[in-house]
Amino acid sequence: MQSLTNRATPVDRRPMNLWEKLYLPAIFKGMAITLGHIFKKKATVNYPEETRPFSPVFRGLHILNRDEEGRERCTACGLCAVACPAEAITMEAAERLPGEEHLYREEKYAARYEINMLRCIFCGFCEEACPKQAVYMSETFAPSNYQRQGFIYGKDDLLIAHPQKSITENKK
Amino acid sequence: MEFTIDWYFLIEKLLLISAVLGVSLAVAMYSTWGERKVAAWIQDRRGPNRAGIFGLLQPLADGGKLFFKEEIIPSHANRFLFVLGPSLAMLTACLTSAVIPWGDTLTIGDRIVSLQIADINIGVLWIMAVVGMGVYGIMIGGWASNNKFSLLAACRGASQVISYELPMGLALIALFMLSGSLSLKDIVEQQREGVWYILLQPIGFLIFLICAFAECNRTPFDLPEAENELNGGYHLEYSSMKLGFYLFAEYINMFISSVLMATLYFGGYAFPYMDSLGLDGNTLTILGIVALFLKTFFFIFVFMWVRWTIPRFRYDQLMKLGWKILIPLALLNMLITGAVVLFRQYGI
Repeated sequence: MQSLTNRATPVDRRPMNLWEKLYLPAIFKGMAITLGHIFKKKATVNYPEETRPFSPVFRGLHILNRDEEGRERCTACGLCAVACPAEAITMEAAERLPGEEHLYREEKYAARYEINMLRCIFCGFCEEACPKQAVYMSETFAPSNYQRQGFIYGKDDLLIAHPQKSITENKK
Repeated sequence: MEFTIDWYFLIEKLLLISAVLGVSLAVAMYSTWGERKVAAWIQDRRGPNRAGIFGLLQPLADGGKLFFKEEIIPSHANRFLFVLGPSLAMLTACLTSAVIPWGDTLTIGDRIVSLQIADINIGVLWIMAVVGMGVYGIMIGGWASNNKFSLLAACRGASQVISYELPMGLALIALFMLSGSLSLKDIVEQQREGVWYILLQPIGFLIFLICAFAECNRTPFDLPEAENELNGGYHLEYSSMKLGFYLFAEYINMFISSVLMATLYFGGYAFPYMDSLGLDGNTLTILGIVALFLKTFFFIFVFMWVRWTIPRFRYDQLMKLGWKILIPLALLNMLITGAVVLFRQYGI
C-alpha cells in the first residue's frame, strides 16, 4: 500500500535483546520523561481568576441594543427569528402607545423577546439579519445554570444598560 | 523483691505512641494531597488549589466528604466481617510503625528517651508478620461483601501480596547476613558507623523496592484495585468511611514502606558525617529525625512518580515477575552475599 505521508516507519519486530528485557532502563527513561514534565509550563488556566483570550471575532451572548437616548432599537420585525437556523428566538410584538416615545424608538416594539441559549448555535445570523442594529453578540458566554428554564434569556437579561441612567436605576 | 512501676517510662511511651500515630496519619493524609499534586504536575496540570492555599485543606474536604457519604452494608453481607475488614486493614497499617527507630536518643533532664516505641530484637520479623496480617483485611473485606467480583479481587490481591512477600523476605535475609541483627536500631547504628546498606545491597534494595510497591498495591502492581479495567477491587461494595479506611490504610502502608526503605538501606536517621559535626546529642537527634523524614518523603515521591509513569501489569506478567524473576534473583543475591560474608570471615 502506498503510504500517505513520508513519515511512516516500519515497526521494529526484532526479538528484544537482554538490555531491553531488563525493562529497568526503559522504566528509568520513562521516569526521566515524567520528571521533566513536572517542571513544564502548566496547560491549565486558573479559570475564574484568569480567562483564555477570545478571538476578536468571537460570537458570544446576545445583547439588545438601545440608541443614544436609551430607547430600545428593536422593532420586533422578526427577521432575526427567520434568520435563526436553530429557531432559538421567539418574540411578541406590541404597538407603542402615546407617551412611550422615550422608551421605544419606533412605533412597534418587542413586548417579549426570548432567546433560548441551549438552542442557539451562536452563528451570528441574527446579528447580520437585524436591519435596526438592535441585536449584537457580545464577548461573554452563557454562565451555567441548574435549570433549563434558566437558559431562556428574556428582555431583562438581554437589554443593555440605559446609557443615561445611573447603575442603581438600571438595576430596577 | 520490690515491684515498682516506672510511671515516667509509661508516660514517655504513651506520648511517643500518640506522636507516631499522629505523624503517620498526618503524613498519610497529606500523601493523598501530594499524590494528586504530583499526578497533576506530571500531566502538566495544576492539581488541587481551591481548598485553602495550594489546596492544603483538600485532604480535610475529602475526609469530610467520605464521612457524609451514605453508609451501605449489602443485605447478604456478613455484617461483623464486613466491618472487621477495613478495621483490620487500618490496624495492621498502624501497627508496623512500632518498631521503627524514628531517631536516636533524646536527653531530657537525667532521662535518656529512646525515640523508638519498642526496640525488639526481631524488629523486621515483626513488620513482616504484621504486613502478612494485612492480607486478612483484603481477604475478609472481599469475602464478607458477598459479591463474586469482590471475592475474585480479594483472591487476586491476596495471592499477589503473598507472592511478593517471598522475594521481599529473601532480599531482607541477604541484608541480615551483613547486619547480623534483626533489630532496626542495630541496623541503623551499623550504617551510622559504616556505609549505607544500599551500597552493599543494591540488588537487594531493588527487589525490596519492587516488592514494596506490590505489597502496598501501588501501580504498576495495583491489580487488587484496577479501577479502570476491572470494575474496582476487593472494596467494591464498600462506601463511606469504610472505603476511606481501605484507601487510607494504603497510604499509611506507603509511608511505613518508605520509612522502612530509608531505615534499612539509606541509613535511617543517620546522615553522612553526622558524628564529625561536633553537635551535642539532642541537636543531632533532631537533625537525624529531619534526615529520616527527608529520605521518607523522597521515597513517597518515588512511589507516586512510578505510579504516574508505568502502566499496570497484566496478572500473568505480575506472577511471572514475582515467581520467575524476583525469587531467583533474590536467591542469587542471597547466595553471593553469603559467599562474600564467608570469604571475609574465614578467607580461603
